[in-house]
Amino acid sequence: MADTTQSSTQAGQPQATQSQLVPTTDSEAAGVVDTSTASGRFNRFDNPWLNPKLIWGMGILIFIVLMGLLGQWIWNTELVFTGSTPLRLPPLGFENLRGTPGVSEFPLGTDGAGRDLLALLIVGTPNTLMIGAIASLIGMSTGIFLGFTAGFVGGRVDDIIRILSDVMITIPPLLILVVFQSAFGDVSLIMMAVLIAGFMWQSPTRLIRAQVLSMRESGYVKMAQLSGASTMHIMFREMMPNLIPYLFGSFIANVTTAIVTAVGMEVLGLGPQRVPTLGRVIYDAINSGALIQNLWWWWGLPTALLAIMFIALLLVNLGLDEVSNPRLRKM
Amino acid sequence: MGGIPSSYIVNRLITLVLTVWIAATLIWIIPRLSPVDPAEVMLGRMAAGGAFVEGSDLILEQLRERFGLNEPRWVQYLLYLRSIITFDFGLSAASFPTPVSSLIAQALPWTIGLMLLSVIITFIIGNALGAFMVWERTPRVWKVVIPSLMIFTAIPPILSGLLLMYVFAVQLRALPLTGAYGLTVEPGWTMEFALSVVEHGTLPALSIILVTFGFWTLGMRGLMITVQGEDYVNLAKAKGLKPRYILYKYMVRNAILPQVTAFALKIGLLVSGQILVERIFSYNGMGKLLYDAILDQDFAVIQGVSFIIILMTAISVFIVDLIYPLIDPRIRQATERTA
Repeated sequence: MADTTQSSTQAGQPQATQSQLVPTTDSEAAGVVDTSTASGRFNRFDNPWLNPKLIWGMGILIFIVLMGLLGQWIWNTELVFTGSTPLRLPPLGFENLRGTPGVSEFPLGTDGAGRDLLALLIVGTPNTLMIGAIASLIGMSTGIFLGFTAGFVGGRVDDIIRILSDVMITIPPLLILVVFQSAFGDVSLIMMAVLIAGFMWQSPTRLIRAQVLSMRESGYVKMAQLSGASTMHIMFREMMPNLIPYLFGSFIANVTTAIVTAVGMEVLGLGPQRVPTLGRVIYDAINSGALIQNLWWWWGLPTALLAIMFIALLLVNLGLDEVSNPRLRKM
Repeated sequence: MGGIPSSYIVNRLITLVLTVWIAATLIWIIPRLSPVDPAEVMLGRMAAGGAFVEGSDLILEQLRERFGLNEPRWVQYLLYLRSIITFDFGLSAASFPTPVSSLIAQALPWTIGLMLLSVIITFIIGNALGAFMVWERTPRVWKVVIPSLMIFTAIPPILSGLLLMYVFAVQLRALPLTGAYGLTVEPGWTMEFALSVVEHGTLPALSIILVTFGFWTLGMRGLMITVQGEDYVNLAKAKGLKPRYILYKYMVRNAILPQVTAFALKIGLLVSGQILVERIFSYNGMGKLLYDAILDQDFAVIQGVSFIIILMTAISVFIVDLIYPLIDPRIRQATERTA
């Protein structure tokens, strides 16, 4: 029995190291995009958390969130309802195929069902981001718990957690969610986030497990053990601070995956039906033939906004990698 | 299987079987937690649709018996497992009485074809660009161009697909907007059909390639940096070997190994991405089948498609896991030592 567990840990090893390797190389590569110069990096009081990628990424994300929060006060969000505006008006400064110019009343144009695009974006963007954040948060907490448990308890428990995360990482979440939604019908935003979270715990679990296994042998943990610190103390006071950049990075990566999954569901026509989300707007646009009718603002604006959001998330992730891996900073 | 230790294979095999079993079970349990049982709804719909099909009563009666709808739940579960192993997913409610498996058999080749094509192209382009990013003889221009292409990596393929559709199909009218082949072309082994397939496949494949090659490029870059500092590369340079020869035979060949494992982690995402690309392009694959089934609320098809795609994913991961120790002897030795 001991034999098989040994070899199974070994067999799992290349995968575990690879999964850690990938984000690291990610940021190394994008280091070339980095606009910062080498100067100033020699200052030992320089805060790694203030690197340009992280600032830009966070800046864009905060802007998007603020747009959603403040937008609801500035703009009339009643315009997200069908038939509240004229149909198919182009954005301000453009003309649609019939030659109607855009009006300042609806600066980003309107869709084929008489909804204001700006209002849709203001209401839909926070919804989309919220699904990502909630799913990732739940997945993260589960991952932290399982990862620490596996790393600390070891033995049978570790085997079960490891195999389960290996198995669940293979199943594409989209398909199980499709089955769920087609059986249950409409779901709420929160429900959708919870469902996606069911597929977001595997990679943090694996990451934390691998880290805990390597940290357990390190000097300061041994020291803490010898001085009689409790397991809880070691976990949260000794190990946790070292894991924070990893956890943030994993969190952001999961937010991205969760949003991609959510948008995928919405583009398939599933997901929350009564609240506007960016994916839902794209779904309506494709289904009404907005591409052929040259109503580019209808599908184009939510697409562009999503793309910007994903790029911002990528930047944040690369920035966090620099925090956790000092060698990357000079690149 | 040459030098791969059997414990490694058994281990991977157990993971494969567990994955498929858990997925199958989830697909079975989920609808039964729902207040309305789709199996009942489906039978009702089939009965309504079957009024125009001869002998439909008989078929429905057989179905009822096969699902074991009057039996206890665990018998139903066992019956379900038995039928799913034989790829028997029942009959489609929307196009009654076509078996789901034959619908899937029609769609699957398109999906696999598109996927193999885009994965192979992506792998080659991605790794080549990654290697060139590190190679000291790459022209400076490329060292600026390649990293800026990386920005696409952040975007999921549906978004790039929409953009490509708009630019190439709607604005330039250079390529067809939707479908897997032209409506006027008769499917068969003709040149005309082949051309039509290539023409229709270009945009879907491109939208996947555009956003996924960056993953390989970034991975390859990291690995090449590691390889670059190795002694054997310095030795090769000192021996005066041609730089190109060193690049291919000494650096790329060593760096490319771990890229294969990275692939196993990516398969799931690739598959879901492609499903969505097929949906927006109305490409005749599993994605379109799934989307049509969702619209028709054809639950048997949804179940069947989901199961087959998960099975495909799990088997691909299994194969990649098996290939890896074959090409990297270090893993083989590591496992042998502990076994």
